[in-house]
Amino acid sequence: MKKNIKYIALFAAAAVFVSCENEFDQSVENGDFFDAGQADFTKFVSVGNSLTSGFADGALYLEGQENSFPNIMAQQFEFVGGGEFNQPLVNDNLGGLLLNGTQITPNRFVLAGEEVLIDNELVALPTVPIVLNGTPTTEITNKFTGPLNNFGVPLARVFHLVAPGYGSIAGVPAGTANPFFARFSSSDTATVIDDAAAANGTFFTLWIGNNDILAYATSGGIGVDNNQTGQTSPAMQGDNSITNNNTFAGVYASLVAKMTANGAKGALINIPDVTSIPFFTTVPFAPFAPNNPTFAPRIPALNAFYAQLNQAFTAFGFPERSVTFSTTAASPAVIRDETLTDITPQLTVALTPQFGPLAGFVAQQFGQIRPATANDLLTLTSSRVLGQVNQTRLAQLIGAGLPPETAGLLSFNGLTFALQDQFTLTPDEQSRIASAQASYNATIAGLAQANGLAFVDARSVLQGVAQGGVPYNGGLLTSVFARGGAFSLDGVHPTPRGYAFTANTIIQAINAKYGSTIPGVDIGQYKSVQPSNGLPQ
Amino acid sequence: MNKLKVFSVLCLMSAAAYAGGYRVSTQSNKQLAMGHTGVAVVNSADILFFNPAGLVHLENKLNVSVGGFGVFSDVNYQNENTGAFAETDSPVGTPFYAYISYALSDSFAVGLGIYTPYGSNVTWPTDWEGSHLVNEIELQAIFIQPTLSYQIFENVSLGVGAMIAIGGVDFNRNASRSLTDEQGNRSNVSISDSGVIGYGWNAGILFTPNENLSIGFNYRSLIDIESEDGEATFSNFPNSPLVPANGTQGFKATLPLPAEATLGVSYKLDKWLFAFDYNRAFWSEYENLDIDFEIANDSENPRNYKDASAYRFGVQYLATDALTLRGGFYFDESPVQSGFFAPETPRNDSVGYTAGLSYAFSPQFSIDASFLYLRFKEITESYDFARDTADSPFNSFRGTYKSRALIPGIGVTYKM
Repeated sequence: MKKNIKYIALFAAAAVFVSCENEFDQSVENGDFFDAGQADFTKFVSVGNSLTSGFADGALYLEGQENSFPNIMAQQFEFVGGGEFNQPLVNDNLGGLLLNGTQITPNRFVLAGEEVLIDNELVALPTVPIVLNGTPTTEITNKFTGPLNNFGVPLARVFHLVAPGYGSIAGVPAGTANPFFARFSSSDTATVIDDAAAANGTFFTLWIGNNDILAYATSGGIGVDNNQTGQTSPAMQGDNSITNNNTFAGVYASLVAKMTANGAKGALINIPDVTSIPFFTTVPFAPFAPNNPTFAPRIPALNAFYAQLNQAFTAFGFPERSVTFSTTAASPAVIRDETLTDITPQLTVALTPQFGPLAGFVAQQFGQIRPATANDLLTLTSSRVLGQVNQTRLAQLIGAGLPPETAGLLSFNGLTFALQDQFTLTPDEQSRIASAQASYNATIAGLAQANGLAFVDARSVLQGVAQGGVPYNGGLLTSVFARGGAFSLDGVHPTPRGYAFTANTIIQAINAKYGSTIPGVDIGQYKSVQPSNGLPQ
Repeated sequence: MNKLKVFSVLCLMSAAAYAGGYRVSTQSNKQLAMGHTGVAVVNSADILFFNPAGLVHLENKLNVSVGGFGVFSDVNYQNENTGAFAETDSPVGTPFYAYISYALSDSFAVGLGIYTPYGSNVTWPTDWEGSHLVNEIELQAIFIQPTLSYQIFENVSLGVGAMIAIGGVDFNRNASRSLTDEQGNRSNVSISDSGVIGYGWNAGILFTPNENLSIGFNYRSLIDIESEDGEATFSNFPNSPLVPANGTQGFKATLPLPAEATLGVSYKLDKWLFAFDYNRAFWSEYENLDIDFEIANDSENPRNYKDASAYRFGVQYLATDALTLRGGFYFDESPVQSGFFAPETPRNDSVGYTAGLSYAFSPQFSIDASFLYLRFKEITESYDFARDTADSPFNSFRGTYKSRALIPGIGVTYKM
C-alpha cells in the first residue's frame, strides 16, 4: 500500500507541476516589448482644441471622447509606464450641452439611410447626415471635478487658452466664455493653459491653432484677416477671423513655456491644410447636374434670364462673369465674390428695360457674381442650400413689388441668388488662410526644435489621407465625406478611426524623437461614421 | 434573403463549430493515460470506441466503464505591434463516456457506448480585440454507438458500430470590428441550436497473430451536422436600413465532423504493454462554414482545413496486483492552415503528455485516473478572411497565441 501511495503522490506532483501559468516567453502585458526611451510617460497631459477633446460629428459626445487621440495614446502609454488618463466626460452619446436646462449646442450627426429599388431589388443606401434625436443630459453648470489629463476645449483658438474668464459659466450666455471649458475650469478666472500646467504632466501634447484659420475658413471667410488689419492684441482678434501671425507666435511660445516649465517633454502638432478636410472638398464647384430632376426643368428659364445679363457682362468688359447652365454637363454654382468690381450701377441700366424702377434692387444681387471655378471651394454646409429657394431673398423681392413668379426665379441659391460669402472660399480667402497657416506652422516647428520637443507634421500626413488615402488593415483611409473613414459627419473632425490614425501619427513622431518604442493601434478596430435613422421614440 | 444589405455586416460568421481543433480525445481514462492509444489495446469496454472489433476479446461477459474529465484550457493572445492582449476565461469542459459490452458467446459480443468526441468551450473577454471573430463559443456533440463484434477467425475479429451524433452550439461574436448602436454598444450576433442529429458508422478489425501482439485498424465515417432549426439573434444594431435589424431569425449551416482512420499496434512484454497508434483525420472536408440567415446577408467563412495526423505512444505497467500505472505522449497535428487561424479554435500543433493509474479494489471493480497536459507551442498566426462589410477588403486578425489544456479525469471499471 505504501508503494501505491508513493505512485499516487508522484502523479499528483506531476499534475501540480504543469498547472503553473500559461505564459508567453515575452509578454506584451509585462512590458517586455516596449520602451519609454528618454521620455517619462508617467503623467500625460493633453492641451488643445476640439481635436484634443475628441469632438466629432458636430458635438462632444461620450464615444467621441473615449476615442480622442490623447485617450488612445494614453492607453498605449500604459505599456511604457503611463498612468491613468482622466477626461471631462460628458453624460451621453447625444452630445448636446445644456445651460440651466436649455440646450445650447446641438446633438451629434449620424448617417441616415434608405431603401431604394434598383433593378427590382431593394438596396439600402446612405443618404444624408441627420442630427441624432433625443434630449441631452450634460448640464454645464454641474462642474466636472476631479483630476484631469485632457484639456482639449472645442472652439478654442490659441489666444483663448490664455484668456481669463474663458471658463466662466456666467460668461457663456454672453459669448465671452466657452461652455466646454466652463464645465471643468478650476475657477471662473482660470485659463486653460494654467489649469493644464497645474496638472503637472511629465509628458504633454499641444495641438492648437486650427481654429485660428478654420473659424475663418468654415464661415466662408466672413471674418477679418488680422494679418491684413494688423491687429495683434490677443483679446481683439474677433470671431471668424484669422489670428495675426505674430499674436499666434507670441501666445504659442508662452503656452510651450508653461507646459515645459517643470521639465516635461512633449509633442507639438502642426496645422493641416483646410483642403485636406471634406468640409471643403465634398461639394464640387459645379454641383448642378443636368439630370438633377429639380434643376433640369429650370434650365431654360434660367438661361433666358441670364441672356440679358451676360450681354451686359460682356459689354462692360467682364465676359468671365457670364452664366450659362448646360443641359449636358454639370454647371458651376453662381457665387458672390467680394473681390470683384461691383458693377451694380451698370447692370441697373441694363436691367431697366425689363424691371423698370426695380432694376436697381435686382441688379444688386448680380453686381459681384461669377460662376464658381475649380479654384473656389464650396463648404459642406452649402449642400443644404444649393438650388433651394432663399426665403429671405424671396420675401424681399416680393416685398419690393416683383411678381411672385419672377421673384421665385431670382431666389434660387447658387443659381440666381449667388452663394454668399459663408458658403465659399475664394482663391483670395484661401491664400490668406494658407499664408497664416504657413506662418503658424513655422512657429510650431521652430518651437519644437528650440525646446527639444517632438514635432508632428499632421499637415503632411493628412495630405496623404486626402490625396489617394492611406491603406490600413482591411481598408483605405481617405477623406471622402461619410465614406472615407477618416472624417466624421461634420466634415471637419475625425472619426474614431481618424483619431486612432492621428494617435499613431503622433506616437511615431514621439518614438522618433525620444527613442521610445510605443506601439500604435490597429485603426481598423476603430469605427467610422455611425449609421442611424434616429433613436426610436 | 429578402433584402440586400449594403452594410452586410454578417459576412463572416466565424465559427467554429465542431472545428478541427476541437476533436477532444478523451474517450477513456485508461487509454488517455497511454497517450490515447487504443485501437489495438484490449483493456476494458473502452475499446468499443477505439476499435469495435476488440469487444469480443474482453475476458468477462459483462464489462462496464464510466468516466469523465475536466478540461481546463487557457488561451493567451497578444499582438506585439499594437500591444493588444487577451486571455480566455473559459468554463470547464466536461467530456464523459460510458461503455457497456456483453459477450453473447465466445465469438460474438454486443455493446453500447455514449461519448463526447467533439466539444469546445472558449470564452474571450466580451468585445475583445478579436470579438468580430468570436466572443464565446460552446459546442458539444454526444455520440451514441450500438456495436457488434465478431471473431471471424482465430486471429481476426471484426466490429461495426452505428453512430448517432446529437450536436448543439452556442456561438456569439460581434458583427464587425467596429459597428455599434447609437449608444456605442457593439453590434452582436448569436447563433444557437441544439438537438441536431447526424448519423454515421464505424468499423474495425483486430488482428492478433500471437498472444502478445495485436494490430488494429478502425475507421469512423464523416457525420454532417446540418443545423436547420437554430435561432440567430441580432443585438445592438443601430436603427438603420444599412445594417440588419435587431431580433431573431432562423439560420442554416452545415458542420462536418470528419472521418478518421486509425492504425495501431500493441505489444505485451511481461508486466509491460506498449502501444502505438497512427491516426489520420480527414479534415479537408471542412472547406467553408457558410451560414445562411433567413433575412440578413449570408455569412461565408473560409476554413480550408487540411487532413491531419496524430502519432500516439503509450505504455502500461502492472506495478502491483492492485495498481496499474500508465504513461504516454502524442503529437497532434493541427488541421488549421496558415492564414486561417481563428481564435475560436486557437489550435496549432500540440504535444500531449499523459499519465494515469488504475487501482483495483476487487477483481471486479477498479478506479481509473488520468491526467493530460496538452501543450501548444507559442505561435504567431492570422485569420485573413474577415470583412467589416460585404464590399470592404479582407482584414487580417493576427497575433501570437499561447495555449494549453490540463485535463484530469476519473472513471470506474466494472466487470463480471
